Amino acid sequence: MADLTTEFCGIKSPNPFWLASAPPTDKEYNVRRAFEAGWGGVVWKTLGEEGPPVVNVNGPRYGAIHGADRRLLGLNNIELITDRPLEVNLEEMTRVKKDYPDRALIASVMVPCDADSWKTIIPRIAETGCDGFELNFGCPHGMAERGMGSAVGQVPEYIEMVTRWCKEATDLPVIVKLTPNITNILYPAEAAVRGGADAVSLINTINSITSVNLDTFSPEPMIDGKGTHGGYCGPAVKPIALNMVAEIARHPETSQIPISGIGGVTTWRDAAEFLALGAGNVQVCTAAMTYGFKVVQEMISGLSQYMDEKGFTSVSEISRRAVPNVTDWQYLNLNHVTKAVIDQDECINCGRCYAACEDTSHQAIEMSEDRVFTVKDDECVACNLCVNVCPIEGCITMKTLDKGAVDERTGKPVGDYANWTTHPNNVAAVSAE
Amino acid sequence: MSNTPLTPGITAGRLPQESYAAQFSDLHPALDDHEALVAADRCYFCHDAPCMTACPTSIDIPLFIRQIMTGTPEAAAKTILEQNILGGMCARVCPTETLCEEVCVREAAEGQPVEIGRLQRYATDRLMAKNSHPFTRAASTGKKIAVAGAGPAGLSAAHRLAMHGHDVVMYDPRAKVGGLNEYGIASYKAPDDFAQKEVDWLMQIGGITVETGKKLGEGLSLEALKADFDAVFLAIGLAGVNALRAEGEDKQGVMDAVDFISDLRQSEDLSTLPVGRNVVVIGGGMTAVDAAVQSKLLGAQSVTMVYRRGKERMSASEYEQELATSKGVQIIYGAAPVAVHGNGACAEVEFEYTKDENGKLTGTGEMFRLPADQLFKAIGQTLVGAPEGIEITGGKIAVSATGRTSVAGVWAGGDCASGGEDLTVTAVAEGRDAAEDIHASLMKG
Repeated sequence: MADLTTEFCGIKSPNPFWLASAPPTDKEYNVRRAFEAGWGGVVWKTLGEEGPPVVNVNGPRYGAIHGADRRLLGLNNIELITDRPLEVNLEEMTRVKKDYPDRALIASVMVPCDADSWKTIIPRIAETGCDGFELNFGCPHGMAERGMGSAVGQVPEYIEMVTRWCKEATDLPVIVKLTPNITNILYPAEAAVRGGADAVSLINTINSITSVNLDTFSPEPMIDGKGTHGGYCGPAVKPIALNMVAEIARHPETSQIPISGIGGVTTWRDAAEFLALGAGNVQVCTAAMTYGFKVVQEMISGLSQYMDEKGFTSVSEISRRAVPNVTDWQYLNLNHVTKAVIDQDECINCGRCYAACEDTSHQAIEMSEDRVFTVKDDECVACNLCVNVCPIEGCITMKTLDKGAVDERTGKPVGDYANWTTHPNNVAAVSAE
Repeated sequence: MSNTPLTPGITAGRLPQESYAAQFSDLHPALDDHEALVAADRCYFCHDAPCMTACPTSIDIPLFIRQIMTGTPEAAAKTILEQNILGGMCARVCPTETLCEEVCVREAAEGQPVEIGRLQRYATDRLMAKNSHPFTRAASTGKKIAVAGAGPAGLSAAHRLAMHGHDVVMYDPRAKVGGLNEYGIASYKAPDDFAQKEVDWLMQIGGITVETGKKLGEGLSLEALKADFDAVFLAIGLAGVNALRAEGEDKQGVMDAVDFISDLRQSEDLSTLPVGRNVVVIGGGMTAVDAAVQSKLLGAQSVTMVYRRGKERMSASEYEQELATSKGVQIIYGAAPVAVHGNGACAEVEFEYTKDENGKLTGTGEMFRLPADQLFKAIGQTLVGAPEGIEITGGKIAVSATGRTSVAGVWAGGDCASGGEDLTVTAVAEGRDAAEDIHASLMKG
């Protein structure tokens, strides 16, 4: 069993699986259960300023998107930050940290955008013995209307300013949580770096309406006939999060900052993918909310088995491993030629590849009278759509043509690496030399 | 061979030579990767899952299915084997329809449970195919433990004890290790010599010495074992077979079903194994079903199972009964044997219909006869060879929840011990739990 011990911006935890700041981490009872189940760390549900706590709606807080068999793919919420008194949360955090000294305990914070508010609350929270802070610049609903959460996260200058205040107020690591509800994730990430952040975490939830009730004509989740946009998370957002993580990891100005990857992590494989694209650890919420805290056991056993099989001895060996392979479109090898191949032994003759290719792509699949489906190499552009729509994993694969082999579609032999920057059709092409 | 199912008497080779392999092939073929993923996908990862509660060995079924789903069947296997070291065999022989799969929430939702048994087999097969053993022995404790009986309970206890660093000597009267896994389970449930392969894989833990041909009470005494070892675990099974108590049961052609099943399992060439043209099996348990179905598969023309009570009282599950009838076995409920007729050899069995009034069984006086060249008795096994002085309850060695017998330093588990159903999976649980208790008491100081 591989050693999953992780050090993330100076914070140690027995494994890279942290629970994200969210309903599962709102109180001592849950967090203790989470630690007992095996979670390596917890980002406590966002604390607000002292005084009367926020209130939540008293109707549905969540809406969902389901896949086949009612598998929960996307979850949307309109819950605000913790609605329990600050003092209660601080007492509970102190107790929990004392009883679980080997686990990471991070305080998520969201207070009004003035120096006083931040500089007052940060030292007070530090007294709990927490290992670090996460600045919630991400929540896109409710609090944003009050000038907090994503309202701050959408303005790089504010991010930089608040991060600096917090760094001045504590020696503990400060993680800046980023909102994906922006045009380019690099702007807020750069601002966090400029402000002195020790790490960034992303993504927070995406603004969304999950569905509309077509009888009452109200968006879901619906409160007394009305609805509002909420934050979307879960497996459905993973591709968006992976890209944003990778963008930060490969951008020269931000490539050095540790990244806590968040967004639809459900299995060990999701976690490994975030790590490979630049994350140093991952945070999880929807998987725990769907399956309970025990779900971490599969993540631990799976990541451990994967590391053993690959010969990796620490999580940091996976981290950033795929970053060098993330590039711009213009650098992709235009002489990498592949063709789809259908394994007739695996094929169940459903014809989905044919419909997809014939109707919407390149008419490169042939259907015989007895329903045998074959690829026409002289038409196949290797778009991969047939692979993606095939219900049988591994039935359709892509075969790479060797250098020198003739591509039947173009009639030309496969050449050496060459990309768009040197392509003759590119009016801005530079010389291949 | 020119024999056919119609050849009179008890004879071998009733079927064309080439058909035996197909007749006795895997009852539930292994799932391939795609099938396993589709099957695993149906699991809801229930909280405090009913399937897990229903499993006598408390395997974390939702977790292992999730591990299959995420492409780590080896991790899934470890989850299974940590609780049940014979998870491979149990995946094949467990009556899942009355255990984990019966309580699956998808049985409630759609009448179609997650295929837990087949998924368990998929995971354990994948691990065993790599011939890797996921457990290692603790440092030697210097303690020695004797295990009498190398069936599921004995193997389970031996493995757990060896894992804790104890030295184990396992004794068994038979030539091969495995007990009922090797000698007592229908051939089509564990083809390809799986029982021996599993034993070999289990032994990789190290620290277990096997001595075959050693039977408790015959050259092997409990007193001697107690003197030579720090603890003793008895897993001697039920070696006796109940008699019919019907007139003529000593006639030729009347056999114990367990012997027939054992002969069949040990046969190198099924075409040499004789079976009657008309076979009657008396009994209502899994042994009766196994004997009946295999008689039919060997080419008997007609096979009839006769059970003295009603269908609902039959200990073979509904699924097992359907399996039998689907193979062409006829089941007669509510009839008890009164006499075996024939001139030296069994030719007919005479039955009386019964009625069951509040559990009290009485004959109705109405008789009928079934032609039978071969009659198998499968009306239960009994404990024989229990050491003297050990407390017996309900015909079995009395044990506590952790397998302690009335004799200090002696534990017992499996079919020979009181409590639990006589299932492979129950025996494994009892062996494991007794081993943990032996370990705890030996290490106490």
